Amino acid sequence: MLRYLSERLFRLLITLFLVLSFAFVILRMSGDPALIIMSPDAPPEAIEAFRQAWGLDAPLWQQYVGYFVNLFQGNFGASMKDGAPAMQVVLERIPATLAITIPALILQLLIGVPAGVYAALHHNSRIDRMLMGFSIAGHTCPSFVLALLLVMTFSVTLGWLPTGGYGTFQHALLPILTLALGGAAVLARFTRSAMIEVMGQPYIRTALAKGLSWRQVVFRHAFPNAAIPTVTLIGMMVGGLIAGAVIVESVFSWPGEGRLLVTAVSSRDLSVVQAILLVVAACMVIANLIVDALYVILDPRLRAGNRGAKS
Amino acid sequence: MNTPSVALPSHFQRSRSSLQAFFKSWPPLVLLSLGWLVAMLVIALLAQWLMPYGFSQIDLRARLQPPVFLGGTWDHLLGTDELGRDILSRVISAIRISLLIAFAATAISTMLGILLGMLAAHFRGWVENVVLVLIDFQASMPFMIIALAVLAFFGNSLPLFIGLMGFYGWERAARISRSLTIAANEQGYAAATHDLGASAWRVYGKHVLPNIASTIIVNVTVTFPGVVLLESGLSFLGLGVQPPMASLGNMVGYGREYLQSAPWILLCPSFIIVMTTFSMSLVGDWLRDQLDPSVS
Repeated sequence: MLRYLSERLFRLLITLFLVLSFAFVILRMSGDPALIIMSPDAPPEAIEAFRQAWGLDAPLWQQYVGYFVNLFQGNFGASMKDGAPAMQVVLERIPATLAITIPALILQLLIGVPAGVYAALHHNSRIDRMLMGFSIAGHTCPSFVLALLLVMTFSVTLGWLPTGGYGTFQHALLPILTLALGGAAVLARFTRSAMIEVMGQPYIRTALAKGLSWRQVVFRHAFPNAAIPTVTLIGMMVGGLIAGAVIVESVFSWPGEGRLLVTAVSSRDLSVVQAILLVVAACMVIANLIVDALYVILDPRLRAGNRGAKS
Repeated sequence: MNTPSVALPSHFQRSRSSLQAFFKSWPPLVLLSLGWLVAMLVIALLAQWLMPYGFSQIDLRARLQPPVFLGGTWDHLLGTDELGRDILSRVISAIRISLLIAFAATAISTMLGILLGMLAAHFRGWVENVVLVLIDFQASMPFMIIALAVLAFFGNSLPLFIGLMGFYGWERAARISRSLTIAANEQGYAAATHDLGASAWRVYGKHVLPNIASTIIVNVTVTFPGVVLLESGLSFLGLGVQPPMASLGNMVGYGREYLQSAPWILLCPSFIIVMTTFSMSLVGDWLRDQLDPSVS
């Protein structure tokens, strides 16, 4: 089990390293950073000073090493906008993003999993088809369209909730709902197919045949087994929430990481983009580690040291 | 059976049951979806003849006119936007741009995935490991974030944007083609054609590829709507297709400011995005059931 987890950790660290190298490579490929970060019509002396300050006159491999040394020291450069350290600018926005993504994650689990289980247990019924119809609609509807529909309904027509902004609980409701609905749709679909597969297994028939109640079979025998493949989805869900936050925060003017990224990209504030890239990569690594740990907890085959079918 | 007295009802019954059989293999919703997709394709191909006005033709005297079903005139069927540009023409032009990007990007991503997947399956060893690490990297980062980072570093132009979208979802195609090619190599036919003296290109291109094509096609139906969603999302944020070009996403993005006064600006493109991705997913699900019964 420890070997399995440490192996996964190693792979994830490679991923993190690749993300950082990716940022380095495209930053260098995209032209002279001095010219991009300073403006092209800055005085030549200033550009030269910038190059020296950032070590841009050194050979490429030295720059690469220096880049990592800087990252480990927490030095991400300064934001172009106000000269504040980029990492600080990025970290300041994290609470706002968590304030909508964590409730959205919980909400989508609360909607998606029961809907999927229910649909699976009533396989091919009218309710199953309806739920799956909603599910396809949910994950093919772009989040900005969903967000605007919600705004039109709850803010413009009914006037119950604000169209955007930050502060009160009411401001957070629509962003959370938008984020949660899309994820819940995917989750419901996945839970349903996992559950259908498990319900067809011989051990379910055995459990029913030996006289266990339907409820017991579903919750004690079927659900834990269906949960195993569903857990892999959590990594994807976190990724989806991060990507979703970019759009949703922009629609609702929510001052989180996503909106910061959009403004940083449109003003080409490269240090901030780089810092966000790192934070997102770290989040994904952590999410994937949690998935792996949950896997071990849920699947006794892994606990015993046997790698089982999935790796 | 053929006695005249029952001929009519049995004939009637047969035609009804054959109609039922037809709808069983071609569910009405799937037919509608296919119809929608074909219509979009036709609109995209014939765009310049279908547009009643130029897509960037400004007419300040006819600003923010409602569509005909909300009390507008027949001059502008779907109304006009804040600069008096005809929404119908813009939507038609946007369908063309969005479909062009989606088709090109899906093609690039699928070919890249097949190529890398087959390379991994052919060479195994370190080549396979490199491909697997790349797949892990691509799958572990939300592509939206990577795309935004690249756009920040490189700026934006249409060819670059299409190329960037071409990296969306290649890892799924690579995973599929890798595992299927490994399986194919273990079957007799690939080894047999190889022993007959066929080059690797021939074995993979003419023998393995047709055998794994059905799964790849199903994957295309997942990638395509994904690209449409991604492109429209980025364009919505103002970071994808740049004005004056119209894309479905940027029409929604710019129409957002008129959400209360002129909601039709964003409703029509939103509707088209949703219908297109929805249709593609339905067709994809149906295709998967047809081609690959083991998955469902």
